[in-house]
Amino acid sequence: MSSQPVLEIRGLDKSFGPVQVLHHVDLTAHAGEVTALVGDNGAGKSTLVKCIGGTYTADAGEYVFDGRPVHITSPRDAADLGIEIVYQDLALCDNLDIVQNMFLGREKRSGLVLDEATMEEMAAKTLDGLSVRTVKSIRQLVSSLSGGQRQTVAIAKAVLWNSKVVILDEPTAALGVAQTAQVLELVRRLADNGLAVILISHNLNDVFAVSDRISALYLGRMAAQVKTSDVTHAQVVELITSGRSGELGLQNVNGVTA
Amino acid sequence: MSTTIVPGRQAAAPAPSIAGNFRSYIARVRGGDMGALPAILGLIVLCTAFAVLRPVFLSATNFANLFTQGAAITMIAMGLVFVLLLGEIDLSAGYTSGVCAAVLAVVMSQQGLPWYVGVGAAVLTGVVIGLVLGALVAKLGIPSFVVTLAAFLAFQGLLLVLVQEGTNIAIRDPVIIAIENRYLPPWLGWALYAVCVLAYAAVQLVRARRRAGRGLAADPVGLIALRVGSLAVLGGLAVYALNLERSRNVLLVSLKGVPVVVPIVLALLIFWTFVLRRTAFGRHIYAVGGNAEAARRAGINVDLIRVSAFVICSGLASVGGIILASQASSVDPSTGGSDVLLFAVGAAVIGGTSLFGGKGRVLDAILGGAVVAVINNGMGLMGYSASVKYIVTGAVLLLAAGVDALSRKRAAASGLR
Ligand SMILES: Nc1ncnc2c1ncn2[C@@H]1O[C@H](COP(=O)(O)OP(=O)(O)OP(=O)(O)O)[C@@H](O)[C@H]1O
Ligand SMILES: [Mg+2]
Repeated sequence: MSSQPVLEIRGLDKSFGPVQVLHHVDLTAHAGEVTALVGDNGAGKSTLVKCIGGTYTADAGEYVFDGRPVHITSPRDAADLGIEIVYQDLALCDNLDIVQNMFLGREKRSGLVLDEATMEEMAAKTLDGLSVRTVKSIRQLVSSLSGGQRQTVAIAKAVLWNSKVVILDEPTAALGVAQTAQVLELVRRLADNGLAVILISHNLNDVFAVSDRISALYLGRMAAQVKTSDVTHAQVVELITSGRSGELGLQNVNGVTA
Repeated sequence: MSTTIVPGRQAAAPAPSIAGNFRSYIARVRGGDMGALPAILGLIVLCTAFAVLRPVFLSATNFANLFTQGAAITMIAMGLVFVLLLGEIDLSAGYTSGVCAAVLAVVMSQQGLPWYVGVGAAVLTGVVIGLVLGALVAKLGIPSFVVTLAAFLAFQGLLLVLVQEGTNIAIRDPVIIAIENRYLPPWLGWALYAVCVLAYAAVQLVRARRRAGRGLAADPVGLIALRVGSLAVLGGLAVYALNLERSRNVLLVSLKGVPVVVPIVLALLIFWTFVLRRTAFGRHIYAVGGNAEAARRAGINVDLIRVSAFVICSGLASVGGIILASQASSVDPSTGGSDVLLFAVGAAVIGGTSLFGGKGRVLDAILGGAVVAVINNGMGLMGYSASVKYIVTGAVLLLAAGVDALSRKRAAASGLR
């Protein structure tokens, strides 16, 4: 597995008014790997992701991207670096088709006119590259797609732009068994294609099925970043619920709850 | 939209064919996406009924009247399509056209300035009105229903001020008068017709060629021929009918040709259809109407799109006002008032533009405008009073809104929305 992380966050703090939600959080993501970000409700996973994506600006902390320190102050900055986020609520337009959604806000044009042919080709290529076989026509309206297919479109939209880091916030939360399996397979394939994937999930079965590393957040602190193969199911549960598990995790629990 | 199949996948993917296109169209209609179907069926039924009950409905004179009577409402409806696409409404569009018509009248008749200055001032007024309404909706977040209802009242007052409490300003400028009261020479009508049909055919063929050349699914030639053929036949019949002599006494005056307002409406139809379907700006209007949050996350400036839609709406309403001024050869406190707004909203909705946002075309305004014009005109010929006309048109608007709401429900049930 690769050694140098694509994305490294160091010492990230984030407060909303008087409430500090993230305390000195570290996080790394490696190319070709799926990093699972776990933590209880309210642990700060979505907030962390929004800080990475530029939706929120962190109060303190360093971002290192591809070995270079960078500043992310807006979603555009993140997109320019190649960081794409697939949000929990998908953000697709029901009244547009798959191609139109994939290129929304970043349409290809020749002169003033939309270059539909190029967009269609690129979309088809991206879906092919992800071995997506579940959509019949890429000119289908998104409203006619199933939950899993929508998730697929949202993910394909994220990888269309030669992105390097793709962050997925609970992509399988609303899906049935078969569609969950499809999306997880797709998540795995993203990593196998060389992307750094950060996967937020509450489902530990999913986490163990696809991830290479696990990062556990506990009350806004990074409790542990471990290799999936080095931990057991039970240890991860402990990390999530109490912030520590034997040697692993936050040793000074007083400091945690303070 | 075409039934494109992702290339390289699904070996047995059916090639696009007329039959395939037709089947997918039937599936869409069944799924609740009626599109222009209600308007077209309505037109056929209404025209047949009026033609049977009052044969004069089909006379050349009356046919020409339909165009001049429907033009202003169609124009205002075109602008409303943009606002409706965002799921907003502009209740002041009618009086906006009245105010702009009054500006035109004041600039030309009272200041004595040439027609182009008057037209410029009227359109500029529309744009400024749109900017104000749009800013109030997008930036302050006041519901458009409230903002434009307030404007509806305020513009009524403004119109009174402009025409000085009830006097009536006559328009005498030959250019403005020509819009609704002069006709293209027959040869020019045919020439425009030929240009339109040929250009349409060329655009369709070139697009299909390009797509086929890149290995993308293209519309089959048969389908293109069918589309171009229908346009050629319908357009040809219309131009032919409009080029018939309408004068009772040809020796005194000859009345024939396409009304001047028709090419104006067509030009705006083509321009705004192009903007809506072929530019990123148009795509973003649909996106904001479909899911504003998704559009925002995609980096689209949602507020700017909102303001632009109101500017386009009021801008086109100002053109509608100019047409109204030409039609009446004057501007008075009722210009753009009474039923104009309701007819315009009705036209857009009857044409197939959804009141819920995200769905609609500029062409809908033309189709719906035609239905409204036919109802109005036919009921007039039947000798019904204004009261009956109002009730019937109100019922038709309600019917169209009902079809819109039901098809939305149906689409939700069939998973199409
Ligand atoms: N905009 C905000 N203003 C104030 N507090 C916030 C804001 N957003 C999040 N928080 C708080 O920050 C904490 C972390 O929230 P966050 O949404 O990041 O949790 P999460 O780990 O994603 O939870 P879940 O698993 O439920 O999605 C919560 O206590 C939440 O109340
Ligand atoms: Mg969350």
